[in-house]
Amino acid sequence: MARDAALPIAVRRLTKSYGTLRVLDAVDLDVRRGEFLTLLGPSGSGKTTLLMMLAGFVRPDCGSIAFGEREVIRLAPHKRDVGMVFQNYALFPHMDVAGNIAFPLKLRGIGKAEALQRVEQALELVKLGGYGARRIDQLSGGQRQRIALARAIVFEPRILLMDEPLSALDKQLREHMQIELRQLHERLGMTTVYVTHDQREALTMSDRIAVIDQGCIRQIDTPKEIYERPTNRFVAEFIGESTFVTVDVDTAGCTFNGIPLALASQPARKGPYHLMIRPERLSILEQSVSAGVNVLPATVTAAIYQGDSVLVHASLPDGTMVSVRASASVRAPVAGEKLNLGLNAADTYLLPVEESAA
Amino acid sequence: MSHPAGPNAAGLRRDALVERLTLFSLSGPALLLVTMTMLVPVGWLFWLSFLDDAGGFSLEHYRRMLVQPSYGRAFRITFEISFITTAICILLGYPLAYVLSQLPRRAANICMIAVMLPFWTSLLVRTYAWLVLLQRQGVINTWGIKLGLWDTPLALVHNLNGTLIGMVHIMLPFLVLPVYASMRAIDQDYLKAAANLGASPTRAFWLVFLPLSLPGLIAGALMVFILCLGFYVTPAVLGGGKITMVANRIATDIELFFNWGAASSLGVVLFVLTGMILYLASRIVRLDRLLGGGGA
Repeated sequence: MARDAALPIAVRRLTKSYGTLRVLDAVDLDVRRGEFLTLLGPSGSGKTTLLMMLAGFVRPDCGSIAFGEREVIRLAPHKRDVGMVFQNYALFPHMDVAGNIAFPLKLRGIGKAEALQRVEQALELVKLGGYGARRIDQLSGGQRQRIALARAIVFEPRILLMDEPLSALDKQLREHMQIELRQLHERLGMTTVYVTHDQREALTMSDRIAVIDQGCIRQIDTPKEIYERPTNRFVAEFIGESTFVTVDVDTAGCTFNGIPLALASQPARKGPYHLMIRPERLSILEQSVSAGVNVLPATVTAAIYQGDSVLVHASLPDGTMVSVRASASVRAPVAGEKLNLGLNAADTYLLPVEESAA
Repeated sequence: MSHPAGPNAAGLRRDALVERLTLFSLSGPALLLVTMTMLVPVGWLFWLSFLDDAGGFSLEHYRRMLVQPSYGRAFRITFEISFITTAICILLGYPLAYVLSQLPRRAANICMIAVMLPFWTSLLVRTYAWLVLLQRQGVINTWGIKLGLWDTPLALVHNLNGTLIGMVHIMLPFLVLPVYASMRAIDQDYLKAAANLGASPTRAFWLVFLPLSLPGLIAGALMVFILCLGFYVTPAVLGGGKITMVANRIATDIELFFNWGAASSLGVVLFVLTGMILYLASRIVRLDRLLGGGGA
């Protein structure tokens, strides 16, 4: 399918409440033509509700959803022409594999011969050529996942929705399928909205990630930006491990417990900020300190041997606990030892202190 | 059988045997009861059906069934009534089960109690209650005429109509229960998937919902049909003597003619026919399971 056949999605002021519980709060979202966008959030954040509204299964209270130029918010699900992969696949147990994949073709009045050919093409695409006559209960979880995908794309929808399609698979298969789904998306180029609560999955697959919490989109950006430049504490904590310490910014610069810190970029306002520390960006400094590395003195509380590395727990001067990985091949620090932790200025990223913590 | 040799092998084997015997002995009283009250009398009746009046072996009772048209008529009407009752139960019960399956669980449970309520009343009482409702001066005819729906009293009872009304009323829960259960088991995502793939609600029903609820429908219909085959009280009371099903014929043979052999042979034939229907149906249902419908 040509990429220009894909449709952009424009969501405006989309709102849904169940009683007093606001599931979606005036959500605005733009999914670009042919983009792989992931809705990432904890359970109950509203990400699945948003996806179900795109598919037409949940009726919003108000708002607007446009596929391309066309407003679809009041359109019945069967008229929306979007493909969808369900979390439990929802493959019809009373039909064989070919019957399942041919189902949308039959409904569109496509002739038997052409349908047969397209079913086989779709099966080839998901690497299950020749599986048409299998019964659904003869398939493994991974195979069902692929058949569900084949069924969702066989009628060439211009938008593809996926609701945690990999959550039922084991870790190894999941990682494999992530890459395969990503490659398939690159081949087909349909606008894809993908829901997951697995941050690594989101980082691996997406062009952009929309982080959702309590019915609001907290940040929408590329995986790299989301990980390295989160705009708020929720995003920083939800994606990756991080520790926060409070630092002060004034005209002289940024200080942590009196220790001056070099920053990647100077914030505009003065006042208290959160310094986001990703453990993997910390290092244990030996004697010499190169320029552009901030030095944080710390006291080791525990060192845990883990085979490939040693996990060192240490407390910073303000009492905050941080963990850092040290190579197992060098001398392991011992509890009580004082050492210096290094954090590159480029990784020294400040978050504004939010008025009301969520 | 080769027994592994080794320390304590014999003792462990003995323990396993004792355990099994102990478990089996728990079912002993029930087994005894079934043998005494079911197998022995049924076996005895089976035996009787092959004896002539003098007590010698004979196929006379079975021959008479083939020759005398009244017997054939009893079987035909039994199957006809059972079939019509089953069909009406399906027409009434399937939509009812569908509505119940779409309700929230609490509401569905309350409605289900209403469906089950007739079960808590004696069958005889219900049958006579219908007699009161349906007769010429009964509630239904009185009100129908009062409201101007019809002019002369309808013949609602002492005929096929009354028998069917009574039987459908009694049999309906037997259909609704399994159909409801199989509908509840249908994952709503199947219907969402059907809609998403382009099926209008009507087509989603015919292409997805109905096939998935079919195992429950077959089970329910089968149960109704087979239970109908043995009906006695309802046709006797509401049929007004005009409806002679096999069970009524058996009663006549015993009460009027005191012919245990003839009655037994009727019972045996009905039993065998029922068994055959069950067997055929089990083949069909199993076939259905083979196609994956049973997994839902």
